[in-house]
Amino acid sequence: MQWTRKDLLSLYDLSAEEITYILDTAEEFKKVSERRVKKVPALRGKTVVNFFVEPSTRTRVSFELAEQRLSADIVNMQAQASSLLKGETLLDTVKNIEALQVDLVVMRHSAPGAQAFIARHLSCGVVNAGDGAHSHPTQALLDIFTIREKKGRIAGLNVTIVGDIIHSRVARSNIWGLLKLGANVTVAGPATMVPKEFESIGVRVCHNLKDALKDADVVNMLRIQRERQTAGFFPSTGEYAKFFGLNHDTMKYLKPDALVMHPGPINRDVELTGDIADGPNSVILEQVTNGLAIRMAVLYLVGCVKK
Amino acid sequence: MNGYILKNARVIDPGRNIDSVGDIAVNAEGLFAEPGTLANPEVIDLQGKVIAPGFIDVHVHLRHPGNTLAETIGTGTAAAAAGGFTSIVAMPNTKPAADTVGAIELLHRLVSKEAVVRVLPCGCMTIGSAGEEMAPIGSLKSAGVVALSDDGKCIQDHALMRRIVEYAKAFNLPIMDHCEENKLAEGGVMHEGKWSVLLGMNGIPSAAEELIIARNIIFARQIDWKIHMQHVSTAGSVQLLRAARAEGVKVTGEATPHHLTLTDECIKKFDTNYKMNPPLRAEEDRLALIEGVADDTITVIATDHAPHTRTAKEVEFDYAPCGIIGLETAFPVCYTELVKKQVISLPRLIQKMTTGPAEVLGIEGYDMAPGKAADFVVLDPEAEYVIDKNTFKSKSRNTPFDGMRVSGKVMMTSVGGKIVYQA
Repeated sequence: MQWTRKDLLSLYDLSAEEITYILDTAEEFKKVSERRVKKVPALRGKTVVNFFVEPSTRTRVSFELAEQRLSADIVNMQAQASSLLKGETLLDTVKNIEALQVDLVVMRHSAPGAQAFIARHLSCGVVNAGDGAHSHPTQALLDIFTIREKKGRIAGLNVTIVGDIIHSRVARSNIWGLLKLGANVTVAGPATMVPKEFESIGVRVCHNLKDALKDADVVNMLRIQRERQTAGFFPSTGEYAKFFGLNHDTMKYLKPDALVMHPGPINRDVELTGDIADGPNSVILEQVTNGLAIRMAVLYLVGCVKK
Repeated sequence: MNGYILKNARVIDPGRNIDSVGDIAVNAEGLFAEPGTLANPEVIDLQGKVIAPGFIDVHVHLRHPGNTLAETIGTGTAAAAAGGFTSIVAMPNTKPAADTVGAIELLHRLVSKEAVVRVLPCGCMTIGSAGEEMAPIGSLKSAGVVALSDDGKCIQDHALMRRIVEYAKAFNLPIMDHCEENKLAEGGVMHEGKWSVLLGMNGIPSAAEELIIARNIIFARQIDWKIHMQHVSTAGSVQLLRAARAEGVKVTGEATPHHLTLTDECIKKFDTNYKMNPPLRAEEDRLALIEGVADDTITVIATDHAPHTRTAKEVEFDYAPCGIIGLETAFPVCYTELVKKQVISLPRLIQKMTTGPAEVLGIEGYDMAPGKAADFVVLDPEAEYVIDKNTFKSKSRNTPFDGMRVSGKVMMTSVGGKIVYQA
């Protein structure tokens, strides 16, 4: 197929064919990072601005390395150093960036839809590195890539996502991507954080960990933010771990060959115990490695699209 | 001038229960008159058109004083005239707020200089609409306010609300309330439901509105006074209102054209012209509102005309201010979606834009009887066109209806016999 999008905003927008095309492209780029010289000239002469209006470490580092390995020129901007604090609108800020003849803007923002909003007004490409609780497409792509690599397919697999689903862009992006590729998706966690409205798009909603893990081929344990406890979503991290955490006992609900995933950063002994995170079912660090390949593929595809 | 006669139009005058082809005469004093009493009047033939009393909008934000980049009394009332409205109630959330006699006097002065339709001032219920101390309600009444509202904000202190309803009753001032429980709505930018869940946006639950509607019904019943629920948006609110009205409680409700025609699904493109408060609700809420309009649970259509500059609206959805303009699209949107789709007849739509709002304000005999001020609108129900925001008289352009194909056009608007708008 021919890639035609200048932006990557959300997996909701993509077809199964487009998602598979990114995964296939990432397979090729994964090999680059395994070589002695970890660099290709795919984006040589192109300029990428990493604009993080919301702070990030792992995603930003992953994007930066991906850009470097594609030989792009890079500028990093953080919100606190930008003009947003001086009262400039987001649109003015990114139009100024574009006026510097930039090819791609990788943006993270706390407001859902912020990238879709700027992409409508920019002719350069926009890659969404996370917009509030809405979407984080490269994270879902790397999760799906990892599952496909380990299980050989996506269609027909049972994937369970456990945790703070309502506040999670990782969950939403995984749901769209997995559904499009034919997986069966279950979301699980406390009723306050796992709304039944997900059923309207064909996702199973579950408030009992045992039911959620039974028959699962993959379980993705999302990070629990402690401030949700003070906001009254659950009584304590201890109670959370007891009912929804993955540990030696609850691992027994899973198939022996099930994959254990986590988007990071992990709260050890809350979402899952240390021995599970480091255990044989865990693919958590492979997710990180694959993230680099996925981001190289995405940057290459949108960066080289004919405008 | 000798006055004029409008001939051969379909006259729809809900206040007198008239719906027939006939003539309407306006005398030199700007009053409706018996056609036979005018000497050498100008004759205007309006065959195929409809004449109705001028529309009344009980819910308009004129932004003047305070944000004249978005709207002024001049542009806001010109927009009203273009929409067929001859009287509009100016919400008090100007800067400064309309919570003092001085603020009302300033409004009167600006109105006398700039307005082309009648502007009826609404006063604050609490000082600065802060929900803490009662505004000088008696003095505001003396200064000319027709109603009280803290619109945009909702008094959270139930004891204070109760006292304000009691106090306002003694001054014969209706209450118009923006019904919202703050804690439940906190941080919300759209309706809480399927689409907020799918989009990862913070939701405003229906319960935030319904709790306050229930509270207001309880006070209206207990105090036996008029509370009007602004921009009713949920199925539960319609149900509460229907039951309360059936037992004779003095509560009324308004629906906006946008809540009757759009839903939360529109937000998936993150266009801030779909951001308002209360938010666009789910399809089942929209259908319940339509049912409420059809069975007269909801007796008023009001626009909640809320102008914002392009700069204010062209931002991230989370940060955009709430509200859209509505004066120039209300009639065509409602005619297209309610009358053409046979939810209600044209006379009943006109009722909800004339006698319905008049009743909320306690205006009796709002009709086109001889001797009354000649406030009227001429409509062309057959006209079809595409809404183009760049033709608006309003200073702002924040509408979700731009580009919509509609039927029903306002052809002419008269205030006191003077033609203030002509298409």
